[in-house]
Amino acid sequence: MPAYLWSGWGAGASLLLFIALWELGAAYYGELILPDPRTTFATLGQLLQSGAAWPQLWITARRALSGLLLAVAVGSGLGMLAGLSMTAAMMARPWVTLLLGMPPIAWLVLAMLWFGAGDGTPVFTVFVACLPVVFIGALQGTRTLDLHLKDMARAYQLPWRMRLLDVYLPHVAAYLFPAWITALGSSWKVAVMAELLATSDGVGAELAVSRSHLDMGASLAWICAVVGILLILEYGVLEPVKRELERWREAGA
Amino acid sequence: MTGSTPAQLRVRALRHAYGPTVILENVALRVPAGRTVALVGPSGCGKTTLLHLCAGLLEVQEGRITQPFAPTAVMFQQPRLLPWMVVLDNIALALKARGMDKRQRHAQARQMALALGLPELSLAQYPAELSGGMQSRVALARALVLVPKLLLMDEPFSALDVGLRYQLHQLLLEQQAASGMAVLLITHDLMEAVRLADDVLVMAPNPGRIVAHYQPPGAALTRSDDLVYRCAAELQQHRLVRGAFELPGTGQAADCPLGRWQDVGNGSDQ
Repeated sequence: MPAYLWSGWGAGASLLLFIALWELGAAYYGELILPDPRTTFATLGQLLQSGAAWPQLWITARRALSGLLLAVAVGSGLGMLAGLSMTAAMMARPWVTLLLGMPPIAWLVLAMLWFGAGDGTPVFTVFVACLPVVFIGALQGTRTLDLHLKDMARAYQLPWRMRLLDVYLPHVAAYLFPAWITALGSSWKVAVMAELLATSDGVGAELAVSRSHLDMGASLAWICAVVGILLILEYGVLEPVKRELERWREAGA
Repeated sequence: MTGSTPAQLRVRALRHAYGPTVILENVALRVPAGRTVALVGPSGCGKTTLLHLCAGLLEVQEGRITQPFAPTAVMFQQPRLLPWMVVLDNIALALKARGMDKRQRHAQARQMALALGLPELSLAQYPAELSGGMQSRVALARALVLVPKLLLMDEPFSALDVGLRYQLHQLLLEQQAASGMAVLLITHDLMEAVRLADDVLVMAPNPGRIVAHYQPPGAALTRSDDLVYRCAAELQQHRLVRGAFELPGTGQAADCPLGRWQDVGNGSDQ
């Protein structure tokens, strides 16, 4: 864990470099096109301090996470089931390609017609966008389980609980976890996009408002807020858990 | 057969087929407690299938296997360690399966690991951090820590260099002498068979069957390197062995053989 915190310096430095480039761009193009980072962060600070940003962030978070949770639950379950059967796995492949190939914006249009302007539209869009990613991860995890290890487990008469917890799950988790992280990233992006077009509240809706006011500072501030939360979730929560679960993978590599 | 026969693994009139392909035909053998039986034969002669049948990993189709030994341990061709478990937990796996508490099983696993020459430091490492030879030791420790009454081995040392193989052979023989387990070993290495076994059964392919039964002289632990080489040469010179491995020529029988050749039962048992 301390090693992980230390490795954060590299990530921090690279983020700061990005902000420096942003500043350079701001100096070159001017305030109207690209507000500089300090103004943006000040705007964001005001939004947060006045309390105006929190409810919107919460709404977006709720939608993104409900869609994500649904996708994770359904995708992991169905994916593992499909992985157990050769036929189901072969049948599911083209569906996954189909679902992955369908742009989220197309789903959004359908969802707007089906669910209207409430929570349903963004939640559904997030769900469909994340589902194939999670599904394929679970499918591959189950399909690639080493037959040799299964035989070993039988030869040593491991009880079913040990087979599940010590043999199957650690292997499947190695495929599922990266899929979940990818899904988390797209859940936020898709949720904001859905809100921008379909709802009257949430970060996406705020972005739509600031765009119509040509308020570059506010737009960038909202974008920073979304990206910031995503970074915190991924590097603060998911990445450490993943490292802990997959220490064996890096060993000897 | 007398009433006081020791416990033994018995295979009688075994026949096994995958679809139309007959893998094993009329196979009979017995592995009594305390003895090592080596099955040698070319690749694809059904050795592994036979071992899997004995281990209960495959259903017997025809014939009979009586396996009175418990616990049984299996050592596979590859170490087959769980990559997400550290060495100590891998060794203790079968003990955990039998419900032994953590402290006890770790103590036993550690003891066995050290006896097999695994360094203390490696016990907290993951299998991928170990060399192939160390991984084989871990697999052997996982099998032996159970104190099995029967140990089934499928070419467990074939990927190791001669030095390591020799070390593990000695460790195995010492453990066997101490515990009196029965061992059924599959190998395609005649030298390994002669070094370890009390009985060497030679298998020929298409369909897999036992064609010769050779008994190297003396107890395995007392055989010198020189004797092992000469016995392996004697084995390889035999007509039936040459036939089984499709070696050219018919070979020549030694005038005064080192080991003893036994009749091969025809499946109905000796």
